[in-house]
Amino acid sequence: MYRSHVLVCGGTGCTSSGSEKIIAALESEIQKNGLVEEVKVIRTGCFGLCALGPIMIVYPEGCFYSMVQPEDIPEIVSEHLLKGRIVKRLLYSETVIEDSDAVKSLDETDFYKKQLRVALRNCGVINPENIDEYIAYDGYQALGKCLTEYTPEQVIDIIKQSGLRGRGGGGFPTGVKWSLARANDADQKYVCCNADEGDPGAFMDRSVLEGDPHVVLEAMAIAGYAIGATQGYIYVRAEYPIAVKRLQIAIDQAREYGLLGKNIFGTDFCFDIDLRLGAGAFVCGEETALMTSIEGHRGEPRPRPPFPAQKGLFGKPTILNNVETYANIPQIILKGSDWFSGMGTEKSKGTKVFALGGKIKHTGLVEIPMGTTLREVIEEIGGGIPNGKKFKAAQTGGPSGGCIPASLIDTPMDYDNLIAIGSMMGSGGLIVMDEDTCMVDIAKFFLEFTVDESCGKCTPCRVGTKRLLELLNKITSGNGELADLDKMEELCYYIKANSLCGLGQTAPNPVLSTLRYFRDEYVAHVVDKKCPAGVCKDLLSYSIDADKCKGCTLCARNCPVGAIEGKVKELHTIDTTKCIKCGVCMEKCKFGAVVKK
Amino acid sequence: MKSLEELKALRDQMKNKVGVREDDSNNTRVVVGMATCGIAAGARPVLAAFTNEIEKRNISNVTIAQTGCIGICQFEPVVEVYAPDGTKTTYVKMDAEKAVKVVCDHLVNGKVVTEYTIGANV
Repeated sequence: MYRSHVLVCGGTGCTSSGSEKIIAALESEIQKNGLVEEVKVIRTGCFGLCALGPIMIVYPEGCFYSMVQPEDIPEIVSEHLLKGRIVKRLLYSETVIEDSDAVKSLDETDFYKKQLRVALRNCGVINPENIDEYIAYDGYQALGKCLTEYTPEQVIDIIKQSGLRGRGGGGFPTGVKWSLARANDADQKYVCCNADEGDPGAFMDRSVLEGDPHVVLEAMAIAGYAIGATQGYIYVRAEYPIAVKRLQIAIDQAREYGLLGKNIFGTDFCFDIDLRLGAGAFVCGEETALMTSIEGHRGEPRPRPPFPAQKGLFGKPTILNNVETYANIPQIILKGSDWFSGMGTEKSKGTKVFALGGKIKHTGLVEIPMGTTLREVIEEIGGGIPNGKKFKAAQTGGPSGGCIPASLIDTPMDYDNLIAIGSMMGSGGLIVMDEDTCMVDIAKFFLEFTVDESCGKCTPCRVGTKRLLELLNKITSGNGELADLDKMEELCYYIKANSLCGLGQTAPNPVLSTLRYFRDEYVAHVVDKKCPAGVCKDLLSYSIDADKCKGCTLCARNCPVGAIEGKVKELHTIDTTKCIKCGVCMEKCKFGAVVKK
Repeated sequence: MKSLEELKALRDQMKNKVGVREDDSNNTRVVVGMATCGIAAGARPVLAAFTNEIEKRNISNVTIAQTGCIGICQFEPVVEVYAPDGTKTTYVKMDAEKAVKVVCDHLVNGKVVTEYTIGANV
């Protein structure tokens, strides 16, 4: 038995901030101190507080060490693991109790207090590469219960009654989807998992796959039992190497235990899962394109109907659910539909995972009950906006979603409320913007993304988004006219109405929602030829305030294009014809004499 | 794995191995003095003996922790056992054999090993 477990985050966030080095240092120090048989080091999935990585939790005390560096490890091992003295200076500041050797539990910190972890329940708790740990936390019990106690119809009824809706963005009721696929007779049916998470700023699905891969396998097997399928495919992008590796390990272990394969739990039910790696095209997150890609063709969507439940993968009835949707299912089976429908709002049950990013203190992964307000997420869980800036807007749903302005910060977030205010739940990316963000520029950013990612099959999307981007470029370069705004709006509605798949149908949302809530900013770009946030370069000019300039020459020496002239102790000037608006002079000036307008 | 029973058996077995990560507020806590004085007096083998014996007997609901010097260095290795209700028993001048006996008598059968306590050794 190990008296102490050291959990180190091995998610992508902490891995890139160096958690592998931490693990190596820990193992060698533990060896050096002769603690190999007493202390166990476990690599887990994401804890959520990515901003403070690399993260490490030491049990039984439950000490949460943040921003740990390899140099800190000898101290942690000799002080904490050997002598039992907590290294206070490395504790996450919120867990420190003044004048006490005890630590505050993580659940009491602002970041975790309001969270409710269902889909993420094992993330940061178990070793994702060890099936035994998943089993220790009731893993595969739900599958066993389904196979031995419920008929497929009963399983579908439980999912229906729970009110679970697709977490990939659309919000289609999962139970209904399953019953449609069950109703279709076929010699072969398929269960697919959409792990092709591609929105900029979204990493919920990746974290589930990295932290708890077995939950997806178990849920897919349950889905297979419910609809009568024997084969599952997980479509995961190749850019998620850690997730791919852990999924493959999980599949191998599940097969070895007989939890995948033939006659599972001694019943007639057979089910196996294979991985399919995507090359990272955003359109492959669309269900028909995804299936086309699994079949080995170029990932392009096709018209619906027929819906996948009738004719999906290889022309057979297929269900496709998102990673997070699957992550909820075993818990629903074990705890019952009433438990699940007891969380959330009237039409949106359960919880939702959000990837919190942008101008926010606690960048990371949060799971909250549906109906939590944006204010709670940003101000309480997220810790507010850094550097004392003001909150301007939040973007949900990535390139398919829209902006929520500061005036709507008290909106409870669920599927229907977000649609009503012109955004959407999306898969759960939540990008926070402060007063320094230009909304026209944001719309342009997302549109550049969709223009890049449009597959080109249908004209409204291929040409429409391109024209829309051109109009945005015209505006941000100072050549816009007021009529362009109306033209853009018209084009947006045209693209939405005529595109073949979800990518095109939602691509104009960032433009529409910024036009709706920040029209004054567009007008400022067009009429005054100014960018109020000071972002759009073509509308800016730098100058030097004669009263503040001391003639220190620092700006002139740092200007990469030699656009600043002036002698020592004399006023400097910027030659605007040479200036490339890089902002270095402003950064370097110690007297605040450089002005951006 | 051929049946749900088998899975449940494996779960219960694994549960103990990850128990250290669970909420331990209802656990009996065995706290071993691991300051320099404790280690010098031989606290390491005592700690190891507790861990091994608890594993051998498959005892759950016990947390093993270390602590610093409590100021009675002449009695080291010192081990304190806190029951969930907060009552404390202090064992002194411990060694690995005594640790095994404490696990057996105190932790399993609930009988304090009076002869090892501080009261019997002052």
